[in-house]
Amino acid sequence: MKTTLIKCLLLSFIFTITSIHPNQEVYAFSPQVIQHGATGEDVVELQARLQYIGFYHGQIDGVFDWGTYWALRNFQHEFGMTVDGLAGDKVKDMLERATDYDKEFVRENLKAGRTFTHYGGMNKEDQVKHEQPPAQEQPEQKKTDPKPEQQAPEPGAEPEQQVPDPQPGAEPEPEPEPEPEQETPEPEPEPEAEQPEPEQDSEPIEPTSVNVPNGYSQNDIQLMAQAVYGEARGEPYEGQVAVAAVILNRIQSSTFPNTVSSVIFEPLAFTAVADGQIYMDPDDTARRAVLDAINGWDPSGEAIYYFNPDTATSTWIWSRPQIKRIGKHIFCM
Amino acid sequence: MAKWITITLLSIGLIVSATWGFQQSGQKESMMIHAENNYQRAFHDLTYHLDLLHDKIGTTLALNSKEQLSPQLLDIWRLTSQAQTDVSQLPLVLLPFSKTEGFLSEVGDFTYDVAVRDLEHDPLSDKEIEKLSALYDASDDIRKELRTVQHEVLGQQLRWVDVELALASEGEVDPNLILDGFTAVENRASGFSETHFQNLSSSFPRQHDHFSFLEGEEISEQTAINEIATQFDLSNDLDINLEKSGDGAQLPMYSGSFTYNEEHGYVEITEKGGHILSYMLDRPLTDTNLGLNEAQIEAEKLLKEQGFEDVILLQSSQYDQTGFFQFVGAQEDIWIYPDKILVKVALDNGDIIGYNATDFYRNHRNRDLDEPKLSLEEAEDKVNHGLNIEDQHLAVVEDVEGEEVLSYAFFGTLNHDTYRIFINAATGEEVLVERLQDVESKWGQS
Repeated sequence: MKTTLIKCLLLSFIFTITSIHPNQEVYAFSPQVIQHGATGEDVVELQARLQYIGFYHGQIDGVFDWGTYWALRNFQHEFGMTVDGLAGDKVKDMLERATDYDKEFVRENLKAGRTFTHYGGMNKEDQVKHEQPPAQEQPEQKKTDPKPEQQAPEPGAEPEQQVPDPQPGAEPEPEPEPEPEQETPEPEPEPEAEQPEPEQDSEPIEPTSVNVPNGYSQNDIQLMAQAVYGEARGEPYEGQVAVAAVILNRIQSSTFPNTVSSVIFEPLAFTAVADGQIYMDPDDTARRAVLDAINGWDPSGEAIYYFNPDTATSTWIWSRPQIKRIGKHIFCM
Repeated sequence: MAKWITITLLSIGLIVSATWGFQQSGQKESMMIHAENNYQRAFHDLTYHLDLLHDKIGTTLALNSKEQLSPQLLDIWRLTSQAQTDVSQLPLVLLPFSKTEGFLSEVGDFTYDVAVRDLEHDPLSDKEIEKLSALYDASDDIRKELRTVQHEVLGQQLRWVDVELALASEGEVDPNLILDGFTAVENRASGFSETHFQNLSSSFPRQHDHFSFLEGEEISEQTAINEIATQFDLSNDLDINLEKSGDGAQLPMYSGSFTYNEEHGYVEITEKGGHILSYMLDRPLTDTNLGLNEAQIEAEKLLKEQGFEDVILLQSSQYDQTGFFQFVGAQEDIWIYPDKILVKVALDNGDIIGYNATDFYRNHRNRDLDEPKLSLEEAEDKVNHGLNIEDQHLAVVEDVEGEEVLSYAFFGTLNHDTYRIFINAATGEEVLVERLQDVESKWGQS
């Protein structure tokens, strides 16, 4: 059912789009091939364009996640292209021809952190969920609007959000729709240069999400970075990664708790916790070290303990089989 | 006159500081009491939970009806988990208490495994009943020791904060009753684990095989240094700090580190065969000039150089100015998930700044893979029908016990989520189901 809907939409959009297309501002992708895992402005555009023709239903957040990946593959399939999940020139070209991308609309909503969608053929303001009246620059509503509710999954599409905008500037000025030529699916070269819109282009669109490694939250990463910074700042980089790896190994081990926080805050487990150094602001190195450890680097050799031989007095800790020494710390089983 | 003023000022100062000091000590005292209360609660809970645990295991042994057995075992499992939480809140990390913790997790694993299986078809075996009664005896010993410690704590008003201090300063303090008590508990537990769980204990499933498939001659320290220098184009006069691994290492290896301009490098190289297991090059990264796709080309180039021909990209992700790539081995179109290789690329100039083939060397071998017994359609039928399947391939994955199984990997979507489901290609069982979640919105942005 979903696919038929998509197809219907597709047809209607391709039709309307080919009929209005030129003279509209077109924002082109950068030349890179966009792939799963990428972040940034190109991904925002990709998601927005895929959403425009009803392939992508997730948040437009600038991170190429699984949802975007399947959307892209379905798009490639539907348009008879090689299905590889990579947005290369061909895909971008096709997308640019088949969709409109209202960059300022997207930029503004992303910046304000609103929940919004970018479906084609729907009133844009209706797709934004926000409190204050929108500061709109360019009301380019279209008259196509077959069903008001089609498969916009976000509550953001609910009609209650101030449909009629009180401000006079928001008067819908219907596009001069039938006027331009119908003929070609081969539009003239994108008139990018000749349209000096109010350019804020210098400042790139910031993604509103980030990649996180297998289920770790940014906050877990922050907490670990604080622990690593408190325990091992001043150690060589691999020493910091190793300390982070020990925390992860303890989570894995059956004799230790199972979460980042309970491992770190286990009484007497880390001196930095005992003396409050964990509450310092970690530097970038500590963060990178934690990220490397979570992503699978483990210079500690899967250790679950480490100690500083100059200060450790516990005879028990000395009795553990030692794996290696990194900087000031000895890592052991 | 001046004298009087001085006297007045000084006495005011004295009173103020005395009051302040009094308040401070009061505050400190209340913080100490607060900490002590937390410890006391965890400790008394622990004794109670272990008592109850013993009790429940005993009841289970006497049970006859199968309907009662599962809930009873799950109850035991829940109690072990609570006892483990209690332990983790006590300052016991530096105390040899790991055997007792190991005991708890054994009990938990065992009871959980039995409880979730179909006891109608597959009732408790004699061996399992034997094990359960062994657990019963052991829990009795541990319980008694703990109750004794509890008695001392209550009778002599011992404080856990003192234990903490004693442990932190180690040895200087008089024999501490609590410490002695816990050592006694630990001895009981270790007596038990030695007799019953020699080969069952698996705190580290990942460590099962110790790189048994690694090939090559042992290399000397000098060879290792040369190897590193060649790999990273280091000049001869650059100091490479080399350390040899100790007894606890799973695999004898050298780890070398060096600093070159702003870059700090760390390399692990096996003693046997001189394989480069992993390396990290850390330097400040400034801007992003490369896309992920270009970075991937660099990563693939590196893998070619290192002699990995049959690899497939499993996942790529961008973190700030770095691209992470996860590759897995491939054998005739079958994705070998355990043979994992990680590559990290700097997105400012495309340099490789991280590489990790440890898992590959740990697991890789020539596998004899059977033809899948199930056809793709048959396997697909085993997947939850609510899922919209987007992609699939044949794969070798490790199941919960760490055994490699040939399975079909299906990628499916349900609402906005993507799942990866592995269906055993011989039996049609679900080996593993994961929700693929690797994106998080930036918190606090709106």
